Amino acid sequence: MQYDIEALIHTMAEQLQTRLVAAGISSPALVGIRTGGVWVAERLRAHLGLAEPLGELNIAFYRDDFSRIGIHPTVEPSVLPFDVDGRDLILVDDILYTGRTVRAAMNEIFDYGRPRSIQLVVLFDRSGRELPIEAQVVGAHLSLQPGEHAKLTGPSSLSLEIHRARA
Amino acid sequence: MSAADIQLDDQGRLRHFIAIEGLPRALLTQILDNAERFAPVGDRTVKKVPLLRGRTVANLFFEPSTRTRTTFDLAAKRLSADVLNLNIEASSTKKGESLADTLRNLEAMQCDMFVVRHQVSGAAHFIAQQVAPYISVINGGDGRHEHPTQGMLDAFTIRRHKQDFTRLKIAIVGDVAHSRVARSNIQALKILGVPDLRVVGPKTLIPPAIDAMGVTVYDDLDEGIRDCDVVITLRLQQERMQSALLPSAHEYFREYGLTADRMRLAAPDAIVMHPGPINRGVEIDSAVADGAQSVILQQVTYGIAVRMAVMAMILGSQAQAGAA
Amino acid sequence: MRLRIHGGRLIDPSSGHDAVGELWIEDGLILSLGRAPRGLKADESFDARGLVVAPGFVDLGSHLRDPGFEHKATVVREARAAAASGFTTVCCTPDTDPVIDNAAVVEHITKRAADAGGARVLCLGALTVGLEGQVLSAMHALKAAGVVGLTNLERAIKDTAVLKHALAYAASAELTVFLQPEDYWLGRQGQIHEGAVSTRLGIPGIPAAAEVIAVHRDLTLAAAADARVHFCRISAADSVKPIADARRRGQAVSADVSLAHLSFTVDDIGHYDPNFYVRPPLRAASDRSALRKAVKAGAIDAISAGHEPHDGDAKAAPFGVTEPGMSTFDTFLPALLAQVAAGAFDLPTALAAASTRPHQILGRDGGRLVPGSVADLTLFDPACQWQANAETLHSSGLNTPYLNQTLTGRVVATLVGGQWAYRNSSPV
Repeated sequence: MQYDIEALIHTMAEQLQTRLVAAGISSPALVGIRTGGVWVAERLRAHLGLAEPLGELNIAFYRDDFSRIGIHPTVEPSVLPFDVDGRDLILVDDILYTGRTVRAAMNEIFDYGRPRSIQLVVLFDRSGRELPIEAQVVGAHLSLQPGEHAKLTGPSSLSLEIHRARA
Repeated sequence: MSAADIQLDDQGRLRHFIAIEGLPRALLTQILDNAERFAPVGDRTVKKVPLLRGRTVANLFFEPSTRTRTTFDLAAKRLSADVLNLNIEASSTKKGESLADTLRNLEAMQCDMFVVRHQVSGAAHFIAQQVAPYISVINGGDGRHEHPTQGMLDAFTIRRHKQDFTRLKIAIVGDVAHSRVARSNIQALKILGVPDLRVVGPKTLIPPAIDAMGVTVYDDLDEGIRDCDVVITLRLQQERMQSALLPSAHEYFREYGLTADRMRLAAPDAIVMHPGPINRGVEIDSAVADGAQSVILQQVTYGIAVRMAVMAMILGSQAQAGAA
Repeated sequence: MRLRIHGGRLIDPSSGHDAVGELWIEDGLILSLGRAPRGLKADESFDARGLVVAPGFVDLGSHLRDPGFEHKATVVREARAAAASGFTTVCCTPDTDPVIDNAAVVEHITKRAADAGGARVLCLGALTVGLEGQVLSAMHALKAAGVVGLTNLERAIKDTAVLKHALAYAASAELTVFLQPEDYWLGRQGQIHEGAVSTRLGIPGIPAAAEVIAVHRDLTLAAAADARVHFCRISAADSVKPIADARRRGQAVSADVSLAHLSFTVDDIGHYDPNFYVRPPLRAASDRSALRKAVKAGAIDAISAGHEPHDGDAKAAPFGVTEPGMSTFDTFLPALLAQVAAGAFDLPTALAAASTRPHQILGRDGGRLVPGSVADLTLFDPACQWQANAETLHSSGLNTPYLNQTLTGRVVATLVGGQWAYRNSSPV
């Protein structure tokens, strides 16, 4: 299935705006999870007209699979260019799957400080949750067969690739 | 057998960190890059990442050293590892227990990593050969041999300030003969491609045939530091005077002490480094140690990130090897 | 008792004889060489086809560790190991506990060795009491007890006056002094050859000068005292010439090199392999090649084993705190043949240096295949390949760098005074 991702993000931004107004949040801070979440968060930031730069999380040091696969060879560290204490955060990822990435991201955020609230925004939500984590705003729900994996490619033009894992 | 053989696993991953000698440039660069990722952790409210949660790192210090032990301690704790500090000098070896026996006992405590400091050259190498395969060893300084994490944190400090190793003139000044820091510096900087590496000191403090390690020997300080981008001064131990290697600390300072006047011979933007602890007025003048060109305190800070990187890489490759 | 050894290649380095033939032995002495004696019948025949038959080896400095260090080795086991390695005589060093500085220890060792039935064990007495370099040992009493020489081993005598007196007193007792030349102050803190390797590994070095200075000093003192000296384990190229010059001047001096110093260099230490920690230290390739040439030219008389067996714990530590020494009996023949194969010198020269010359240095019969000489012989298969491991090594010292390596050349039998001291029960 083909998705118009820019249109999805536009709709997500509108839903998010509605939620923020309802919750009385006037000055949210966006945090994208590297790498796909950062691409989505950049676009949401433009739609919402936020002046403040994005926070970017690299959850490599918080993953729970270190004891299986060791240290990830990624280069960019996490950057949160604002004080998270008392802030309303919008955490953005591309695909919500097991929930482990979001768990790791929230752990890392709390090592920077204590936010007032966190909303989770994801471009795609697919089945396979292993932790009790749900997104507040979802671009689209993916229904994948067992053994299929989705990956967002970017950053200039975003598109979704679905791979069948080799048996 | 080369030093690299015991340090790398069959995939070329770091398994122990005993010596810089023989390691590939790509691996040293990887350590520096990873240290860059760990450096910001120290600037946060919670200076800790959960990477090594549940792992146990034992600091085995057969020779006293508050400073090095503290930075290893801090690095392990910032990775959320549990840390066991054992001052072995004061306990078992005095009772006549052999090192091999001590190691068996420590293995029984089920640690994942030993950080070892020992007064005998080759001790870390020996311990790495002896320990059970699930334990990794980091050399925190062995005799006059190597102090590889110090070598890497010095390289990290230099890269932060000077970026490209392949254009640098670097002088290492002082008691090279008795210095494991100097040996690790030389090994690291040669592997990283420094084209003009010098050792400077009186002939009694320069070990024989050191030019085989790729350095140029100077016994005149002014000539040795001329146009250098980095000047690394080494600590001078009082014992050197007693063993007739030098007449006096006073004369040493006059001939080899790094002063502001002498630093004018180096490149205008040169940095000054020292592995600590400093003997002010012996190998370096306070005006230089505390001056604008000094990066001595940065070395201490960077030391934590570099040690975090090495620990995470080693325990990561241990984990990968275990999963494979 | 008359023994006939037939079919073997008989090599007598003393006469240059080198041919396949028969060797007859009667009552512990060589009866004939080459052809069978007319009209005699042998009580026993030994088929030595494919083997070399040569005079048995001598080690001028074997650390047998007994009494005092029986956890490392015992006289009985090492005397048998020596015989199994082709040695017919070994000189036990005095670094036992108690030290061989009195007749009782000599008697103890001699008795135990006689019971062992292996190689002959002769004792070297201590030059100073307790090897401490201060008080002269009772040299006449030691001589009466049977010591073949005096030595202070690697424990350099600090006080040159003591050394001068010791040489003079030994001269009046007519005992050879076995010197391991090293300047105390230059050697005391070092562990390996001073140079690029000691610098890289951060191990304190012993400069070649430590030995060369001592050789010059000792030669000067010995000449003045008219003492007979033998230099043990020469390691430095620059030690060769002063010894050769002194001999040319008519001084009573001889020298040996350990086979380890002909086989290895400081580079073999690699990364702290304690099996290569020996005293004096293994030196540079240029030293090794000079020592090989000196053996070939006869400037260095003898090749010694310098056997130093250790228990496992002695080497199970970081390099600098291990005990120096290599276990060398078992690997002596293959290592010697390896020198020949590498072209360092020919086989008769090797056998002369391992047998004929050390017999002469000790002033004892042996080291030659001539009628009337004592039948101390070794029979070896120069082509046999075997693996050195805990099962095949006879010495209790497994501290050899050859462990788990395949070696070429194996002793098949050894005769001491015409009696079988060793016969390989399982020929390969």
